[in-house]
Amino acid sequence: MPDTSIPRATRAGQQRYVAPLDETPLQGVDAVSNESDGSSLWKDAFRSLIRQPLFIISGLLILLILVVVAFPWLFTSADPTYCTLDNSLAEPRAGHPLGFNQQGCDIYARVIYGAQASVMVGAFTTLGVVIIGGIIGAVAGFYGGWIDALLSRIMDIFFALPFVLAAIVVLQLVRDSITVWHIIGVLAAFGWTQIARITRGAVISTKNSDFVTASTAVGASPLKNLVRHVLPNAIAPVIVTATVSLGIYIVAEATLSYLGLGLPSTIVSWGADIASAQTLIRTNPEALFFPAAALAVTVLSFIMMGDAVRDALDPKARTR
Amino acid sequence: MTGDANQTVDEAATAETGPLLQISDLEVGFKTQNGMVSAVRGANLSVYPGQTVAIVGESGSGKSTLAHTIVNLLPDNGRIRRGSIRFRDQEVTQFSKRRMAALRGSSIGLVPQDPMSNLNPLWRVGFQIKETLKANNIATGKAADKRVRELLAEAGLPNAEERARQFPHEFSGGMLQRSLIAMGLAARPDLLIADEPTSALDVTVQHQILNHLDGLTSELNVAVLLITHDLGLAAERAEHLAVMYKGRIVESGPALDILQDPQHPYTQRLVHSAPSLASRRLESEHQHIQVSDPSAAATETTDGATSRDAAPGATSTDTVLEAEHLVKSFPIRGDFGQKSTDFKAVDDVSFSLQRGTTMALVGESGSGKSTVAQITLRLLRPTSGRVLFDGEDISPLASKELLRLRRKVQPIFQNPYGTLDPMYSIYRTIEEPLRTHGIGNQKQRRQKIKDLLEKVAMPASTVNRYPNELSGGQRQRIAIARALALDPEVVVCDEAVSALDVLVQDQILNLLNDLQGEFGLSYLFISHDLAVVRQIADDVLVMRHGQLVEAASTDEVFGNPQQQYTRDLLESIPGGHIPLGNTA
Amino acid sequence: MLRYTSRRILQMIPVLLGTTLLIYAMVFAMPGDPVTALFGDKPVNENVADQIRAEYNLDEPFIVQYLLFLKGIFVGDFGITFSGRPVIDIIARVFPTTIKLAFMALIIEMVLGVAVGVMAGIRKGKLFDSTVLMLSLVVIAIPTFVLGFVGQFVFGIELGWFPATARDASIGSLLMPAVVLAGVSLAYVIRLTRTSIVENLSADHVRTAKAKGLSGSRVTTVHVLRNSLIPVVTFLGADLGTLMGGAIVTEYIFAVDGVGSALYDAILRSEGTTVVSIVTLLVVVYIFANLLVDLLYAVLDPRIRYA
Repeated sequence: MPDTSIPRATRAGQQRYVAPLDETPLQGVDAVSNESDGSSLWKDAFRSLIRQPLFIISGLLILLILVVVAFPWLFTSADPTYCTLDNSLAEPRAGHPLGFNQQGCDIYARVIYGAQASVMVGAFTTLGVVIIGGIIGAVAGFYGGWIDALLSRIMDIFFALPFVLAAIVVLQLVRDSITVWHIIGVLAAFGWTQIARITRGAVISTKNSDFVTASTAVGASPLKNLVRHVLPNAIAPVIVTATVSLGIYIVAEATLSYLGLGLPSTIVSWGADIASAQTLIRTNPEALFFPAAALAVTVLSFIMMGDAVRDALDPKARTR
Repeated sequence: MTGDANQTVDEAATAETGPLLQISDLEVGFKTQNGMVSAVRGANLSVYPGQTVAIVGESGSGKSTLAHTIVNLLPDNGRIRRGSIRFRDQEVTQFSKRRMAALRGSSIGLVPQDPMSNLNPLWRVGFQIKETLKANNIATGKAADKRVRELLAEAGLPNAEERARQFPHEFSGGMLQRSLIAMGLAARPDLLIADEPTSALDVTVQHQILNHLDGLTSELNVAVLLITHDLGLAAERAEHLAVMYKGRIVESGPALDILQDPQHPYTQRLVHSAPSLASRRLESEHQHIQVSDPSAAATETTDGATSRDAAPGATSTDTVLEAEHLVKSFPIRGDFGQKSTDFKAVDDVSFSLQRGTTMALVGESGSGKSTVAQITLRLLRPTSGRVLFDGEDISPLASKELLRLRRKVQPIFQNPYGTLDPMYSIYRTIEEPLRTHGIGNQKQRRQKIKDLLEKVAMPASTVNRYPNELSGGQRQRIAIARALALDPEVVVCDEAVSALDVLVQDQILNLLNDLQGEFGLSYLFISHDLAVVRQIADDVLVMRHGQLVEAASTDEVFGNPQQQYTRDLLESIPGGHIPLGNTA
Repeated sequence: MLRYTSRRILQMIPVLLGTTLLIYAMVFAMPGDPVTALFGDKPVNENVADQIRAEYNLDEPFIVQYLLFLKGIFVGDFGITFSGRPVIDIIARVFPTTIKLAFMALIIEMVLGVAVGVMAGIRKGKLFDSTVLMLSLVVIAIPTFVLGFVGQFVFGIELGWFPATARDASIGSLLMPAVVLAGVSLAYVIRLTRTSIVENLSADHVRTAKAKGLSGSRVTTVHVLRNSLIPVVTFLGADLGTLMGGAIVTEYIFAVDGVGSALYDAILRSEGTTVVSIVTLLVVVYIFANLLVDLLYAVLDPRIRYA
């Protein structure tokens, strides 16, 4: 012990001190504030989202894209399928602001109408993947044991097959009659594993929460627990991944078109237009640039949105 | 740096009269989305060489921020906005990064909170201590290795040579904390900042480590700035005490003075509700059921439970829950070629819970107490033995009967942040049990939820809120309301107040106690904290390594413990021996 | 460790069987009769056709064919193509090229990805960080084939820095394809590294390391970097398999005579044996790469002890 010769109270800076009460008002222990009006995690996430420029930009872009998909005629009066060689590589002119491609089709009209196929493939594939992957992943994660072992091996099998490759092989089967649904089906059939893995992980980490145990102790059945408590809490990472993969599936569709296994030429598609404009890169880069830019901006909007949502939903990211 | 070391000696000699560390009018803020938020406001504090000073406060009071500010380890968004920090008469707030790095370790050491996350998992413990020696130019190479072993041994780790070669995950919490102490003292600093150095550990380990730290620091004449939430612990270890509340130091002075004569209302409140200092069971507003008198208990029970279908045998026996020779073993997978072995988490545990009373199940981590709780709730099935509820074995119950049992036995869990579904509004949370059991119509349920919220002293407007808007204590109240929704007879509280701040803990304990008096509830109260147990329990079971070591009434356990282990536990309650003035 | 490794190898067997069965079934269902196609414009001689069918086991039921194929693989016999070339010859020709290409891409990811990711992570929230984050998203959004032929045109044809095609499979000519192949993964590596660095910078043990008196650079290299790179290494290892299987588009654009091109040709010509053989090998590479990553993980992270 240090020098006891100096009385404690006389040590500078260590005299008894009591803060004046008016400066340090005492509040009730654990008082309930009445300020907020019931905001769920989702509302909170949304509130932090709308402050993010990334979210605002991607949100507006997606909105625009959806309008283009739903009402393409609002944006152009030209017919994207009206192509005549008379117009081949013609310069822009009134009503055709971007000119014409090699087949003599209006580039602008094709960019506008091409959104439909891309967004449709992206959206429905994502839907399919979330349904297949979500169910398989949730069942595997929630029930565990041999069910999990079996489903996990099946996931491994599908995961080990290169995605584009499997799609090429299957599409080769229906080569001459490919429809949008074939593409969606193939992409979903080989793309579900990622969502399944994420759902499985999220379900496993949620199912042991105290609130699930509390619900069991109340008497709720396992299935009710899964549907009412586990899934709603496991959904956030799935939404993020799904948003990002929507963009990735649009790229995949374009890649298939590029490899000659995409949509038939009767359907206006960015992928096919990019592929056919490839040879014009030196002479008419605009025929390549505009569909490629439309594709990239669309994909970028979705992955930016996914990124913004991830930041908003991840509590760790929020405190940082 | 060698020159510095000489200087240190000189300064230590001259600093006899002046403070080693002097913080004046310090203001620290954090930049957030909503602008600058103050974490520490106008703090003044002095630490003299060799002295132990404690800062006491609840979570969010700014005590850790204050500690980290001294060595400039604030998070990126933290800023010193005003004031000065002088260490050995030098203004450290003006220090360059380089000078600050030189100050750290060699002059001011830090023993952080939470031993589990404060060592780098990828490097051997010895390496991480050796680093400290190297960075502060104390020793290198072979000499450093030797010093590391000495330091580990000094911190109370046997087999230091072998331990130095191990990785953090191979250590227990107590061993990790000892290594962190070795690290903090490695460069022989003049000041050691100990930030809740033992709050993550079991009481007996905590006690040992604090004793060891005390011994070491007084031997080396190191000043200690102890940050803690535990007033008892602070008073026991420190000469000078500062109480922090919402970023301000509301009261400071000699430790005993403050404890015996608290002036500020917050300090008074803290002293009043510190569980380690309290010495008797809480009394509820409603008359408690006198279990010592069986006839009285029986009448009370039937009175209190007229609305419920009282068990026909209730008059002859007042045991509501009984465990008979419970055993639960878990298989542990053996190494290659070896057979799996069984680990007995619970080993022959029997007890009976009297109606309207609280039975505490006390033990340190790994004692098997939570497993017992899960078995009583029928969330786990025992390997052998049985649990009787109202004389009926609960194991074979299925569907409807099980649902009936679920109504009668409800849990409250430890972690207030995990116990409520974040996606559910408070209304839905409390409604869930009612809905699951098909009780009442919408209107009746709404009324019931309103009543329940009133019972747990939450405003009715809470129904539209979500858990993330509530504090830990408030969430725990909602969890209590949910548990009470089905009018249970037994509530199993699994460390229900352990994660809460002292004042909130006190509040919730009082609430539980009042509810017990009002509804004749029986509690199985699982806790590691004997101080809390004393306030709420009528009977105590002490568990260790899956076995019951002592079972008696609370007064007997605290007044006349039979087993050495129980005595050790009691001995370890911080601040248990401090004479208090009349503060009530 | 040994036990874990053997268990993992055992676990690989059903995956391998499942994958080959799946791909075999898909190839089996391919339209057109490859045997009749062999005759081209000439009239089909049924006797010869039957003989060929028997020779290739095409007259057997699907599951028998599959089992025969498996048996072949097991003894190292990958069968022969319809034109009479042993499939193993094709494999021996194309695999070295693709392995070279994939490793070059991997090195680009590793060096560039980690470097940029670390710099962005340390400068969290600064201009450099936000620019890198945005650019990485743009790279992910542009299809590889667009990146490929624009790169080929600009750097290969216009500027003439690289050969426009990579038939000769030399390191120089594979550089451009490797960059294109690495593209999307590179963006992921950057983002992963950056996130990991940011996470570790605020870890408790890093603060403790600072409190010990370590210099800033030592804290970063010894306590932040090593911890942050573990997930990146995992990603890179798993990516090797993806890169090899995903080289189809890149090889197609740059006319690289690799696995992707061979596979694509075989698919178009309904060369079932070749497709199945190559895919099987790709899956084996993929699975082994993953096993390697798991074992590497145990080396890098002492907490992981496989029993």
